[in-house]
Amino acid sequence: MNIRFGDRLFKIVAYIFGALIFILFLLMIAKLYQGSSATINQYGLSFIFNSEWSPYNDEFGAWPFIIGTVISSLLALLIAAPVSIGIAIYLVEIAPRWIRTPVSFLVELLAAIPSIVYGLWGIFVLAPFVRNHIAPIFTETLGTKIPLFAGPSYGVGLLTAGIVLAIMITPTIASISREVISTVPNSQREAAYALGATKWEMISTSVLTYARSGILGAMIIGLGRAIGETMAVTMVIGNSPEIPKSIFDPAYTMASVIANEFTEATSNLYVSALIEIGLLLFFVTIFVNVIARLLVWSVSRGTQEVK
Amino acid sequence: MGIEVNNLNAWYGDLHAIKDINLNIPKNQVTALIGPSGCGKSTFLRCLNRMHEVIEGARVKGEILVDGEDIYGSNVDPVTIRYRIGMVFQKPNPFPTMSIFDNVAAGLKLNGMRNKKKIREIVEQSLEAAGLWDEVSDRLDKNAMGLSGGQQQRLCIARTLAVNPEIVLMDEPTSALDPISTHKIEELVHRLKENYTIVIVTHNMQQAARVSDNTAFFLNGEVIEYNTTKHIFSNPSDQRTEDYITGRFG
Repeated sequence: MNIRFGDRLFKIVAYIFGALIFILFLLMIAKLYQGSSATINQYGLSFIFNSEWSPYNDEFGAWPFIIGTVISSLLALLIAAPVSIGIAIYLVEIAPRWIRTPVSFLVELLAAIPSIVYGLWGIFVLAPFVRNHIAPIFTETLGTKIPLFAGPSYGVGLLTAGIVLAIMITPTIASISREVISTVPNSQREAAYALGATKWEMISTSVLTYARSGILGAMIIGLGRAIGETMAVTMVIGNSPEIPKSIFDPAYTMASVIANEFTEATSNLYVSALIEIGLLLFFVTIFVNVIARLLVWSVSRGTQEVK
Repeated sequence: MGIEVNNLNAWYGDLHAIKDINLNIPKNQVTALIGPSGCGKSTFLRCLNRMHEVIEGARVKGEILVDGEDIYGSNVDPVTIRYRIGMVFQKPNPFPTMSIFDNVAAGLKLNGMRNKKKIREIVEQSLEAAGLWDEVSDRLDKNAMGLSGGQQQRLCIARTLAVNPEIVLMDEPTSALDPISTHKIEELVHRLKENYTIVIVTHNMQQAARVSDNTAFFLNGEVIEYNTTKHIFSNPSDQRTEDYITGRFG
């Protein structure tokens, strides 16, 4: 009797904890929605696609921030993904044991550096470097034909933000990919070797195809981190609420505008606009995660049935 | 293509797993390696196509002549050796993200074959030779993991045969399979020896007796006795061999 009571009690408590996630989630959406009612009433859906943001004229649109967030994050993923996968492959497949452990530890340590430190480095080291060395390479070659790489570089801007973000998400993607790759069964590696595969062929035939859904998942987690990152990006992206035309243009992200302008938001509509951007950021994150899930599922359909 | 093994030694780190083995494996016959767990028979097998050294800390010393050429010679690329000497593993290990067709074609593509018609031809022949063609011919584009364990193992054999090796090594190929699948693989081994030299490691003494022409009995990294299978099972000359095959230990 006593045991059964304990069991039932435990079950109820566990249910409550489980439900807590849902409740928190719904409460957050409800609160954000409530807080942004002023802009929702005034602009409706056009708030999302309006690219005018000028608080002095009481004009609010979220499009520059959405674009800034999505592009800077994708840029970061584009830079970070190959590097991270390379790190993971090196650590699992190539590095001798005495290098593997300390380097894996270092990679994870990188993830623990506070973002403000990355931001400082970005402003004082990376931004001048991008302005003086990286940007000229592009503007003088590709820039003459493709506007995406043209225009003056102020140092701060989309590319700088993308690089800082890339460095920040590399440890995340690398360490998850490393774990995924180390779960690939040895029998898979041997199967390729026994067919006369070289080391690289073995890695591409067995390891990467087997681990691809997990690596994709790691990339998405990295992308999620890039989308939500606030501090470092705010310091290096230039904070200009315009749609960027080139990767050297200053831009603005959703998280940055909230962080920067919350204290200045004096009017009701201004506050409401920022909160609605928060709500949209929430949805963008959910959207990215859903897409990620679907991708991982579609890729892993075959792998699922192993064993 | 016979194999001549001279003074072969192998280590895992400090563990001396294979001690001074000398063995002649005749062409177009099935040679079984038997012995209790940990006796070195699998390690020996893996030395025969240079798979042993893939493991971290593993070392080999000695000479293995295939067609008169030492596969451990200083200018020999292990990749070409593994291409010539195929291997089938204990647990079926098809590539899980590939279709049945692509699994069999994997080795061909690895070795640079691009001719689609030729690949198709070889895939069909290999599946035929592995006795799997009739069961899968209508679903070659389906995922390989949808096959049963026995079919998967025959798929792995087809994959090995596709690259046209001269020698096929089998490391307990039926230990993860049910009796019917085991029977099919054994029949297959019997048929394959016409075209290939086969070395098979087995835990199952009846299997060794059924499929092999010669048997080597391994114990603690040494070959205790090597002779025709008939002789080993009817009239072993070493007491330890007799103890093992009559089930007194192991």
